[in-house]
Amino acid sequence: MSSLSQLDQVKTTPWSGGRSPWSVEYGKLMMWFFLISDAFTFSSLLVYYGAQRFTKFTWPDPDLVFQSIPGITDSGAPLVFVGLMTFILIMSSVTMVLAVEAGHRRSKREVIWWMVATIIGGLMFLGCQAAEWTHLFHEGFGWGKIPNAETLKHLFTGEVSTVSALQFSNLFFTITGFHGFHVFSGVIINIIILCMTINGTFEKRGHYLMIEKVGLYWHFVDLVWVFVFTFFYLV
Amino acid sequence: MSEIHTEHAHDEHAGLSKKKIWQVFGVLLMITVIEFIIALWVIPNKHMSQHIGNYVYIVLTLIKAYYIVAYFMHLKYEKLGLQLTLTVSFIFIIYFIVLMLIEGGYLHLHMPLV
Repeated sequence: MSSLSQLDQVKTTPWSGGRSPWSVEYGKLMMWFFLISDAFTFSSLLVYYGAQRFTKFTWPDPDLVFQSIPGITDSGAPLVFVGLMTFILIMSSVTMVLAVEAGHRRSKREVIWWMVATIIGGLMFLGCQAAEWTHLFHEGFGWGKIPNAETLKHLFTGEVSTVSALQFSNLFFTITGFHGFHVFSGVIINIIILCMTINGTFEKRGHYLMIEKVGLYWHFVDLVWVFVFTFFYLV
Repeated sequence: MSEIHTEHAHDEHAGLSKKKIWQVFGVLLMITVIEFIIALWVIPNKHMSQHIGNYVYIVLTLIKAYYIVAYFMHLKYEKLGLQLTLTVSFIFIIYFIVLMLIEGGYLHLHMPLV
């Protein structure tokens, strides 16, 4: 074989062009890259929170701050309500992945029902978060606001620090708020995708890749919650 | 246009089986339950210090994160190149965490008590 004919040969390796080297569809890859940038944003917020907490000698004890189950009891049930919220979000992640699985089999009816279940899960989570925020507002927390000294005494195990309480308050509402905003956007996107599924858009397209893309976003929201849950409620 | 998409759809690996999905759900639920037991029973009864508990929480959280990313987000079944592109960039976050903890430790020692 002469050297010229070697040059003329068509290369077929993954990186010689003409196809996706990772065999991932374009939109899915872009969703991954968006999620990486979003992960950086959330990481920055959480790392800042960690650093703030690390500098302080005392910090509000989560077991004492998060004691209520809105509508049932105001105290004496540490972490129960957030446990419920965590369960709801993990459950909605499962229904989402079941929708993706149904999409692989191109079963329109099943995709619709799993998407509906996922949306309901998302709305339930948002409802719980709203209830929890309302409870904390009533206690006196808020952006730039902390409860009076009498209430604060019951929220610290060690010495009371108003600076720590203020930092906790600001960071809690900012970070869970940013996460809640993601859940809200996720629910909206899921509703749009549900409408497209019902209209038969994906049936006509011949594949349900769009379900996978919103699925990636939805799982990412769940992933962030796993970290928020650990660093705000457990540690 | 639609032809290209169909081709890609065939390229995709088959999704997770229903059995695997419920298995992963079981793992996530189990880990969360363990975290609650540690938070509400093990630490209050002084079987473990809060300090060690924090490390346990972080390890358990990372395991949960692995299961969500690997199985639910399907990354375990993607090509190695994509896996590396998406995970190696987190080295910056690890660096940031170390940086901020050093900074926080310094402030912890040098700031007046408020």
